[in-house]
Amino acid sequence: MNEPKQKQYLFDNPRNVSIVLRSLYIICILLVLLDFILHRHVMHEWEQLAGFYAIFGFVACVMLVLGAKQLRNIVMRKEDYYDVDD
Amino acid sequence: MWMTELPPFIPFFIAAFLVILTRGWLRYLLILATPVLGGLHLWLDVDPGIVTSISILEYDLILMRTDRLSLLFGYLFHIAAFIGVLFALHVRDTTQTVSSLLYAGSAMGAVFAGDLITLFIFWELLAITSAPLIWARKTETAMRSGIRYLIIQVSSGMLLLAGALVQYYQSGTLEFNYIGLDSISGWLIFIAFGIKCAFPLLHNWLTDAYPEATPTGTVFLSALTTKVAIYTLARGFPGTELLVYIGAVMTVFPIFYAVIENDLRRVLAYSLINQLGFMVCGIGIGTALSLNGTVAHAFSHVIYKALLFMSMGAVLYRAGNVYASDLGGLYKSMPKTTLLCIIGAASISAFPLFSGFVSKSMVLAAMIEEGYDIIWLMLLFASAGVFHHAGIKVPYYAFFAKDHGIRTQEAPLNMILAMSIAAFICIFVGTQPSYLYALLPWEVEFQPYDITHVLSQLQLLMFSALAFVWLTKTGLYPDEIHSVNIDIEWLYRKFLPKVVRSIYGYTQKACNRIINICEASFNVAHQALHDTRIARLHIASNWPTGSMVLWLAIILGFFLLADAID
Repeated sequence: MNEPKQKQYLFDNPRNVSIVLRSLYIICILLVLLDFILHRHVMHEWEQLAGFYAIFGFVACVMLVLGAKQLRNIVMRKEDYYDVDD
Repeated sequence: MWMTELPPFIPFFIAAFLVILTRGWLRYLLILATPVLGGLHLWLDVDPGIVTSISILEYDLILMRTDRLSLLFGYLFHIAAFIGVLFALHVRDTTQTVSSLLYAGSAMGAVFAGDLITLFIFWELLAITSAPLIWARKTETAMRSGIRYLIIQVSSGMLLLAGALVQYYQSGTLEFNYIGLDSISGWLIFIAFGIKCAFPLLHNWLTDAYPEATPTGTVFLSALTTKVAIYTLARGFPGTELLVYIGAVMTVFPIFYAVIENDLRRVLAYSLINQLGFMVCGIGIGTALSLNGTVAHAFSHVIYKALLFMSMGAVLYRAGNVYASDLGGLYKSMPKTTLLCIIGAASISAFPLFSGFVSKSMVLAAMIEEGYDIIWLMLLFASAGVFHHAGIKVPYYAFFAKDHGIRTQEAPLNMILAMSIAAFICIFVGTQPSYLYALLPWEVEFQPYDITHVLSQLQLLMFSALAFVWLTKTGLYPDEIHSVNIDIEWLYRKFLPKVVRSIYGYTQKACNRIINICEASFNVAHQALHDTRIARLHIASNWPTGSMVLWLAIILGFFLLADAID
């Protein structure tokens, strides 16, 4: 109890982190709902699909990260790889 | 008036020389005033249509040729140079100050060059004057990396010169206008530009050298060299369809590397190639809208990329490293840098109201208009990916994430000021795009802010963020690890040296074997000779060396005697 009180920063409090995350979830839901409400001028037929950009963004990033993990199996070497002769 | 015809590189070269002679406040004033006055002069006094040339050995070097395209790049480089020198104002290293001014001047020289020989001169000067910004880091790695950088950049210049000479031989002209890929000279010049523009497989010098340069040097590097290449491609090869495919590959492959890279400045270097990809695509499409998109994106990009490199430079300066695995929690000690970095991240991710949004959308719109469906999807994928690695990863791992206990100070005032100016431009261009659009070379009506556009972009970005949260929470997101990810540079940093070493080894072995064989045959011959009758005559056999010395002494003694008698 007598420990010196350390300064609490914004994200030291888990509550603030969850506020940020919840806001993100709510924004995402709202953005998809807006798709049904607003009239969009689409230039491409794929864009007509409701939530096309939402789905695409999510899937693209998951594919990107999973692809990059696979890439790591091929290209990753130790930090001194170029400094040592084998 | 003669002043309007003064090529813009000259004030920078003069300032670079004067820097050597000045110290203290005078030097500060000099290096800050040069880009400001030069930029204002260009903005207020210089109109399109000026041609300035000088004659050397009966050849006319066109040092300055202004049109809306070259002028816009001129303004841009002056702004970038000002931000760069302000960010580096605290640096007490004359070499860096001089070379950054010379480097900025060379970039001006290249964009205003009206013929290929002038372009070649500044092309090589760009390489030579920028290498010291890498070497000034003074580490073994930076030294080697800078040498590789210089070799590759200078070779690009050699190709340009070769292309220029072939063109002169074929067509008798060296003017730098549309070039195209119809001739061998066109291809040579195309590859020369491609090296500087970091085309796939020719890109590795960038991700090798930029992260090794000094915290302030990288800001200049990121702004100038590659954008000169974008300018030259836009002038020499607009509408070359091959560029659409090259650009598309450039947008996609680096983002995979960016996700697994630990050095955050290297992450930014990979994302630089990705951003160049959008511009290269715009040049390849070749419509007025797409070319305007390329130029506008180059403008936004130079500023937000500089902002991102500055924020990571500030982190490197204060925290001593920029490894995602070692940083974290820096928002506690560097809150201003954090905010400014986030503005840069929002701009590169093309958030509405930030600069990337109003420029990148032009290229994407032009792409749909011209019916490149698959390529458009690739660019959309890359757009989501940019947000993922440059927009989220860089600020998140540097300033938030797991706190590794680094407590430091906020960046110095000059750094904060430079970043603030860049951040202001990002937001200004994003909210008031008409000012930038009015400067674009071609007349096009484009409206970035409509509901469809804003909504779809927000969906794309927010769901990318959602994917990041989900991947991090489920532990699917790859850990940040100290490592090297091999790229095409493996060929010249590992494979070629290995081949050369083994060729050397084999040659040495072969030589040894030949020597052994020679020795053996000599021994055999010697033995054979020894067994013959001649050997019994004792020619030169078995005489001790002592007897030779004795005979020598006798002969010398004889000469001495003869000399004395004389």
